[in-house]
Amino acid sequence: MSAIWATVLLVGVISVAVRGAGPVVLGGREPPARLVGAIELLAPALLTALIVVQVFGGDRRLELDERALGLAAAVLAVTLRAPVIAVVIAAAVVTALARQL
Amino acid sequence: MNGSSVSADPADPCAPATYRDGVRAGLPLALVVGIFGVSWGVLAGDAGLSVPEALLMSSTTFGASAQFAAVSILANGGGVAAAVVAAVLLNARYGPLALSVAPVIRGNAAWRLLQSHMVIDESWALANRGGGRFDPRLLVGAGVVMYAAWVGGTAAGILAGDLIGDPARFGLDAAFPALFVALLAPQLRKRRPVAAAVLGGTIALALVPFARAGVPIMVASAACLLGLRKR
Repeated sequence: MSAIWATVLLVGVISVAVRGAGPVVLGGREPPARLVGAIELLAPALLTALIVVQVFGGDRRLELDERALGLAAAVLAVTLRAPVIAVVIAAAVVTALARQL
Repeated sequence: MNGSSVSADPADPCAPATYRDGVRAGLPLALVVGIFGVSWGVLAGDAGLSVPEALLMSSTTFGASAQFAAVSILANGGGVAAAVVAAVLLNARYGPLALSVAPVIRGNAAWRLLQSHMVIDESWALANRGGGRFDPRLLVGAGVVMYAAWVGGTAAGILAGDLIGDPARFGLDAAFPALFVALLAPQLRKRRPVAAAVLGGTIALALVPFARAGVPIMVASAACLLGLRKR
C-alpha cells in the first residue's frame, strides 16, 4: 500500500471513530450529573482556545499579525450587536485590507 | 433531509430548530469552508494524491487543519507515521465535542454515527444553545452543508486547479475565529463561563510554543473541568 493510501485510510478510520465514540456508546442518554457543569463550560473554554490559536498561533510560536486586526474588528462588531454574518465579514475585510497595506 | 415536519422535543424550552434552520445557519460559513476545500484539493493534487484518495480523505477525515498537516508532511517526505500522528492530534478535539452533543444524538447506532460525523468546530458552535445544551438539528443541518462544501471544494480543487487563490488573501482565515467570537460573546454573562474562557485561552496560548499543533486546543478543553460538580 502506498504511503498516501495508508495515511488516508488510517486518519479517516481514526477520525470516524473519534467522532463516533461518544454518540454511538452514549447517544441519547443524559450525562452523569457531575459532568453536566463541565459540559456547560466546554463551549466557552474551547471557543476561546480556538480563537486565540487561530489568531495568534504560528508554527510553534505566537505571532501578532493582520489576523489580530480582524479579531479586533470582530469584537467591535459584536459589541455593536451586529449579526453573526456581519461579524464574520467585518473580520475578513479588515484582515484582507490590512494585508494589502 | 427536510426536518421541518419533525415534532418539537417537549423537554426543550427553546423554540425547536429544524434541519432547515441548521442549513440556513451553516450556509454562509459553508461558502468559506468550500473555498478552503478548494485550496486543500489543490495542495492534495500537488502532493500526488489521486482524486479518489483526496475525496476519501475529505469525506472521512473532514478536518481542514488535520488534512493540510497530513498532506504537507507527506509532500515533504515526513512519512506515514508522522502524517497520521499530526492529523489525529488535530482531529482529537472532535472527541470531546462529539461527547458533549451525545445526549441529544438519538436514533439507532448507524444514524448516531452518521450524525456524529457532522461535528466540526463550526457546526458544533452553531448548535450550541448555551448552558451545555445543543440542538441536534442545527448540528446536522449546518454540518451537512459544510460537509458538502468541504468535499465539493476538494473535488473542484483537485480537478479544476487553483480557481480562487490563497484564502488568506481575502482574510478568510479570520472568518472562523470571528464566528467563534460572535458565538462566544452571549455565553460570557456569568462568572463561571468567563473563568473557563480565560483559563482555556491562557492554556492554549501558553502551549502553542511548546506543543504540537492540536495539543494546545485539546488541553485547553480541560478548562471545562472547572464545572465538575462535587458529590
